[in-house]
Amino acid sequence: MAYSEKVIDHYNNPRNMGSFKKEEDGVGTGIVGAPECGDVMKLQIKVENDTIVDAKFKTFGCGSAIASSSLATEWLKGKTVDQAGQIKNTEIVQELNLPPVKIHCSVLAEDAIKAALNDYKKKADTEGETAEAATPA
Amino acid sequence: MKLPIYMDNHSTTPCDPRVVDAMLPYFTEKFGNSASRNHSFGWEAEEGVDQARKHIANLIHADAKEIVFTSGATESDNLALKGVVEMYKEKGDHIITTSTEHRAVIDAAKSLEKKGVKVTYLPVDKAGRVDPDDVRNAITDKTILISIMLANNEIGTIHPIAEIGRIAKEKGVLFHCDATQGVGKIPVDVQELGVDLMSFTAHKIYGPKGIGALYVRRKAPRVRLAPMIDGGGHERGMRSGTLPVPLVVGFGKAIELCAQEMPEESVRTMALRDRLQDGIMGAMEEVYLNGHPTERLPGNLNISFAYVEGEALLMGVKEIALSSGSACTSATLEPSYVLRALGVGSDLAHSSIRFGIGRFTTPEEVEYTIDRMIKAVNHLREMSPLYEMAKEGVDLKTVQWAVH
Repeated sequence: MAYSEKVIDHYNNPRNMGSFKKEEDGVGTGIVGAPECGDVMKLQIKVENDTIVDAKFKTFGCGSAIASSSLATEWLKGKTVDQAGQIKNTEIVQELNLPPVKIHCSVLAEDAIKAALNDYKKKADTEGETAEAATPA
Repeated sequence: MKLPIYMDNHSTTPCDPRVVDAMLPYFTEKFGNSASRNHSFGWEAEEGVDQARKHIANLIHADAKEIVFTSGATESDNLALKGVVEMYKEKGDHIITTSTEHRAVIDAAKSLEKKGVKVTYLPVDKAGRVDPDDVRNAITDKTILISIMLANNEIGTIHPIAEIGRIAKEKGVLFHCDATQGVGKIPVDVQELGVDLMSFTAHKIYGPKGIGALYVRRKAPRVRLAPMIDGGGHERGMRSGTLPVPLVVGFGKAIELCAQEMPEESVRTMALRDRLQDGIMGAMEEVYLNGHPTERLPGNLNISFAYVEGEALLMGVKEIALSSGSACTSATLEPSYVLRALGVGSDLAHSSIRFGIGRFTTPEEVEYTIDRMIKAVNHLREMSPLYEMAKEGVDLKTVQWAVH
């Protein structure tokens, strides 16, 4: 099966590959998938004033899984927490021209985004510093 | 060195140019039907077929009359299993095979199960070998066939066929061996192995695609088969249909070349394979050999690279043709059932790559592959959350994953 140019580009030049310290303030971490299923995504966001100022990923999985998570980090940066929650897997499919057999990679990326956002919100709640300071757009 | 590099010789092989040369006249001048008995066109074609049959029989120490041509090993496997079950159904309804057979045997067995045949799928050990004692213990008075492959197509492990052959003979059970990956690469003697039926094919040994054979023993015991294809009664009535004479001739030539070159070729391919294995496994941590360390096909190497996914790895070395046991490369989205049967975890099965060294592989290609594999694995490990967690000392087995 041939990969799209965009998938190959993300594979060769992954965007925002790396990690933040999980404990760091404003960092939300989402880890989804399982090694037995052949894909695990770790997606992290760094939030300041309700805006995602940085994002990072690490992915164990096929080229499409790597590309989906790499693309997700690009899209997350600059979005508010609410906007980020609206990213849909279908948009990833469209952008990367994923074939039907690879749609689950985009679903996993959407799950990873949601997991990272939830982690961030949970952390913010327990620390008593919800993103009230900024007005959601 | 030319790119891309072909290193997937278990999947198929290129036709040897000498094979093509031998075939060509049979498309044009010598186009006759080998079953035509009344003119020189038929005789000429028949002569080509006879000669090929002789070469093939000689290589496996059989009689030329015991070679039945088919369209390939899949058909041979189907004919062996279904033909025996149909012919001997009065005698019993039980067959024995292993869990790591090629799909052509497993799926033929599954199809027979739907018709009421009982099938025992024997387990294999960590190196992929079946225990002959397990075979012995599985035999009942209803057992009519044992079907066990010579060498596995994924991991190259060679089964103790001669030992199983002795058990089959002692118990009076027919023994079929799918020798697709072994014939032409390692010595195969049907007398020594004690097999009664044996499948193999041309395209794995530098012959053309579309032609295979089933060896069917004629003496002690005389094996009978119900045909799957009815018609003009070709191939002793076991497989009707006009023989594809050019393919048969190519098959014969390919076998003749294997017979001549095997002693030298097996040493050379094994040396290249060993270099590839040492070059890759010596340079990286947490890489695991799948299969048997020594009882293995000379050109086979199957390795799992922990923390990286097989398809992503293939993508990183896309100028080298290889295959993976990863689910992503299969139609079923399940990782290799062969590796799972060895007890390899799903995670490592997803991380496996099969290398197949062949007649035309060069030392230069092997060095290039070693270098590219190391770079690609390192690139992907840097990207892998599992590698990061392992480095941090997290035991991945204790993590609660959300299995999807």
